[in-house]
Amino acid sequence: MTVQDIFDSMDYGPAPENASEALAWLVDRGDHFGHFINGAWTSPTEGCDSKNPATGEILATLSQATQSDVDAAVLAASKAQPKWAKTSGHERAKFLYAIARLVQKHSRLFAVLETLDNGKPIRESRDIDIPLVARHFYYHAGMAQLQHSELPDREALGVCGQIIPWNFPLLMLAWKIAPAIAMGNTVVLKPAEYTSLTALLFAEICQEAGLPKGVVNIVTGDGATGEMIVSHPDIDKIAFTGSTSVGRKIREATAGSGKALTLELGGKSPYIVFEDADIDSAIEGLVDAIWFNQGQVCCAGSRLLVQEGIADRFYTKLRARMDGLRLGNPMDKCIDVGAIVDETQLSTITRLVDAHGSEGDVYHAKCDLPDSGFYYRPTLITGLHPAATLMQEEIFGPVLVGTTFRTPAEAIEVANNTRYGLAASVWSENLNLALEIAPKLVAGVVWVNGTNMFDAAAGFGGTRESGFGREGGWEGLTAYTKPIDQGKKLSQLSRVAAPKDPSPAGTLDRTAKMYIGGKQSRPDSGYSDAIWSPKGKLLGHVGQGSRKDIRNAVEAAHKAKAWGKTTGHLRAQILYYIAENLSARADEFADRIDDMLGKRSGDKEVEAAISRLFTYGAWADKYDGQAHGVPIRGIALAMKQPVGVIGTLCADEAPLLGLISAMAPAIAMGNTCVLATSQAYPLSATDFYQVLDTSDVPAGVVNIVTGDHADLGKTMADHLDIDAVWSFSSSDVSADIERRSAGSLKRTWVNNGIARDWIKDGEGRTFLEHATEIKNIWIPYGE
Amino acid sequence: MAISAFTSAGSLGVQTEHQTLSTTDMTSTQLPQVHEPRNPGMALDLDWVSSVQVNTSAVERRCATLPGRRSVKKEYQAAWMLKAITMIDLTTLSGDDTEGRVRRLCAKARAPVNPSLMDDLGMAPITTGAVCVYHDMIETAVDALKGTGIPVAAVSTGFPAGLSPLHLRVQEITESVAAGAAEIDIVISRRHVLTGNWQALYDEMRLFRRACGDAHVKAILATGELGSLRNVARASLVCMMAGADFIKTSTGKESVNATLPVSLVMIRAIRDYYERTGFRVGYKPAGGISKAKDAVTYLSLIKDELGDHWLQPHLFRFGASSLLGDIERQLEHFTTGRYSANHRHAMG
Repeated sequence: MTVQDIFDSMDYGPAPENASEALAWLVDRGDHFGHFINGAWTSPTEGCDSKNPATGEILATLSQATQSDVDAAVLAASKAQPKWAKTSGHERAKFLYAIARLVQKHSRLFAVLETLDNGKPIRESRDIDIPLVARHFYYHAGMAQLQHSELPDREALGVCGQIIPWNFPLLMLAWKIAPAIAMGNTVVLKPAEYTSLTALLFAEICQEAGLPKGVVNIVTGDGATGEMIVSHPDIDKIAFTGSTSVGRKIREATAGSGKALTLELGGKSPYIVFEDADIDSAIEGLVDAIWFNQGQVCCAGSRLLVQEGIADRFYTKLRARMDGLRLGNPMDKCIDVGAIVDETQLSTITRLVDAHGSEGDVYHAKCDLPDSGFYYRPTLITGLHPAATLMQEEIFGPVLVGTTFRTPAEAIEVANNTRYGLAASVWSENLNLALEIAPKLVAGVVWVNGTNMFDAAAGFGGTRESGFGREGGWEGLTAYTKPIDQGKKLSQLSRVAAPKDPSPAGTLDRTAKMYIGGKQSRPDSGYSDAIWSPKGKLLGHVGQGSRKDIRNAVEAAHKAKAWGKTTGHLRAQILYYIAENLSARADEFADRIDDMLGKRSGDKEVEAAISRLFTYGAWADKYDGQAHGVPIRGIALAMKQPVGVIGTLCADEAPLLGLISAMAPAIAMGNTCVLATSQAYPLSATDFYQVLDTSDVPAGVVNIVTGDHADLGKTMADHLDIDAVWSFSSSDVSADIERRSAGSLKRTWVNNGIARDWIKDGEGRTFLEHATEIKNIWIPYGE
Repeated sequence: MAISAFTSAGSLGVQTEHQTLSTTDMTSTQLPQVHEPRNPGMALDLDWVSSVQVNTSAVERRCATLPGRRSVKKEYQAAWMLKAITMIDLTTLSGDDTEGRVRRLCAKARAPVNPSLMDDLGMAPITTGAVCVYHDMIETAVDALKGTGIPVAAVSTGFPAGLSPLHLRVQEITESVAAGAAEIDIVISRRHVLTGNWQALYDEMRLFRRACGDAHVKAILATGELGSLRNVARASLVCMMAGADFIKTSTGKESVNATLPVSLVMIRAIRDYYERTGFRVGYKPAGGISKAKDAVTYLSLIKDELGDHWLQPHLFRFGASSLLGDIERQLEHFTTGRYSANHRHAMG
């Protein structure tokens, strides 16, 4: 092409990024990598090839980690951890700062290597991924500096096993490693087998920064290596980002091991466009939502919801915009869409669209495809209904599916009609509308008039089958710390056995029932058990709760969800009122506890229970969200929202205080709850529903079921419409609850058989954290 | 011409509901260098105007990422820069302009790049898009450009503030056209935008358009004084409805002149207008564009948002005075591999 020809055609030409430095880096290391363990490289062994998905050429060979490699890495991390945790926050901050600086110094090498390895456009690696990596280390250098003063009651978890995906190789590494080592943990990280190269370059950076040996260990390999990490007994925490199916397996595998767990999984995030939106900007936003990184983004705005009146015009404009997208070699600085990460992923996308696209109208962008490499045209499928397969299944490719809605209420309904709950976008120029919708969307992150905005200062993570836990912000630190002072072993408490020679009951028979939906109800089973005092006195009967009672209680709890929209002030008043009414009957409750336990601790427990109600009455309107300082003109609001319906197995040893310690934070934060009473001493809880009845607690907000913890816990953990399960039971149920909760990936909080001092250590922020979801709402502004 | 315009709109399958306005009082004659049905305007559609929304942050994000998304290198870069030259309204709007100054500028417009450099590039001769002057300099410029086909544009209507009596502003147009200006850059009354008086803005623009006759009219919105991007979008639409051939950002005298966000908003309005009426309106960013790299970014914005058709001088112009110098230096760098110097290129 001559200059004159181009002058006439005004075509874009090739604008290739130079790969030679990155390729030289690979050659210098023999194109063959070992693992980075205890600050040194192991000799390379057999493993898989790392390919450039844009060309198919082999970049390097990676070693497949064996059990002994993983053991060595975990051992190195374990040995390094105590000293690293004792290193002052300021010292750790200096290391993180050094890493941040080194990432910046080598930014181009990182960016080029990432694009060669992953296929994402060089623009994205250069302008988005790598700058965010540096940002994450800077931010968490600050967290290390502040740890001592701001988190005095928390400490590092220990050794963290971290398994990351291939879509943002280095960025996900940063999200995992930065908070972990900032808080004094050490890590064993496994990058995805397709995309390990930047992690290996990162290991060199750690050496360059002088990071102590064993603090960061990187092993390469496939899913088998991941399994070794997940099941390793000396690992204290697993952090995983990846598919929902693997996440579910990890939940099952770690159940009952006492390992802390955070999962950041799939999504099918809604992208909602109201008729009063800036249409052109909303369309441009879709380029960043679903054609960013070829749509291989867990939080991609992949489900387009357009208000019916503007849908046709919107689709026409969108198709025109799609035709303007430039697809091609990701190393070209003038393209929008690069290569799909590998052939398998490409065939998955192709298969899904071919099989189910015909449920709607399929439009492929009219852009040219390169002759070789793994590419898929940006695709729009409109006219789908929520029931369509592609509206429900994550495609993980550049495929946008769309449907319409009529009203804001319907938009919310359609948006939330999904198993996932990761992210959402809302487009409207009406502030009232946008800020009404954002809190109602089931998602960990909501972007108002924007999409795919990320920053270290704002937590990222989802709900439902998108996983649990947050990465980034203050909220992300709870995933890498634990409260100092773990309790002692908890021994199982059983009911007092019937005496051989029961004395006749002196008083009028009192029948304790369940309390469901604000009504006393008989057990569905129709069976009751006698409750005896240690002195052989018959104290009363309680129903044998069954799965059906749990079912009814959960239904009642869902009906009461308007509780979550009441004001903190109202909830506070009700909590104080419960305390007042309990106080009026303090002696009776104290006597009951004394009777059941055969001790003289009743009045102390009642007093603590009243104080606890006051504590959460106090917190109800004070557990504030935050306005994060993110680097945009705008704010990211971290709103604390109720988790939903929380099922709890209450502590056995403190029949009243245990129940109130779980109930009060839950309802103070706007949750509704299903409480399985102390199995051993249930009668305080059943007495207590009379107090609830007189305290203006709306029907269904608190539901009380008596019965066997193992049975009731199983039903709760299996239940697909309970949002979280807590267990403070003295029965050995923690593992079973964690394993079963994998079904819907609900949040769990179990005691792992560790006792708690309910009087001294039964309230506070930990309870509030478990009773809330943090939703980050990004609101850019500006006229 | 109006008929062929309707036909072309119909064949594009775009909506034609806004084309029912009678164009009897509007001339639609083309100038020789223009191969485009002229925008006849349409009735003021306030529903359309008031439905326009602009989200500033989103617009800024699009503009911020554009230079990273689009890059032209080597011979492509050279060709794009040459194209940019053909779109420059080479401008002098100074109180101390003289005939001599204007003739010097016109000479530069005729031969904007050193001929030997053009030979090295293998390019046929090019000229700038137009020369832009005040009324009193029109005749000089017309004379200096005789036989080149380069149109003379005149700023008018009480430029830059547009606050002289309305009949004098209209009279100024008439006299400039009589003096030989082929293009008239009018300034709108910003107060009509700031008070939401769209009817007044429409009426004023129609009056100016009528006064222009066959001369093409560029509506300067003075975007730096309109308060918001939404106002920029709405004012753009109203001026197009009233028959503007071009919409232009600035006089160059406001504190903020052409920016990418403002440009994006205006060209999206142009695209909307084209989609609904079938008429292409031109765009002219003015003021503040002085680097070759910026000019290339503007061209990619036009190419991506409006399409290749707009990458021609009859639909896109730069209002700039120092841009040409930077492009010349970059072109020499392209041909020699050495960084150039100002004094190696003829002054304008």
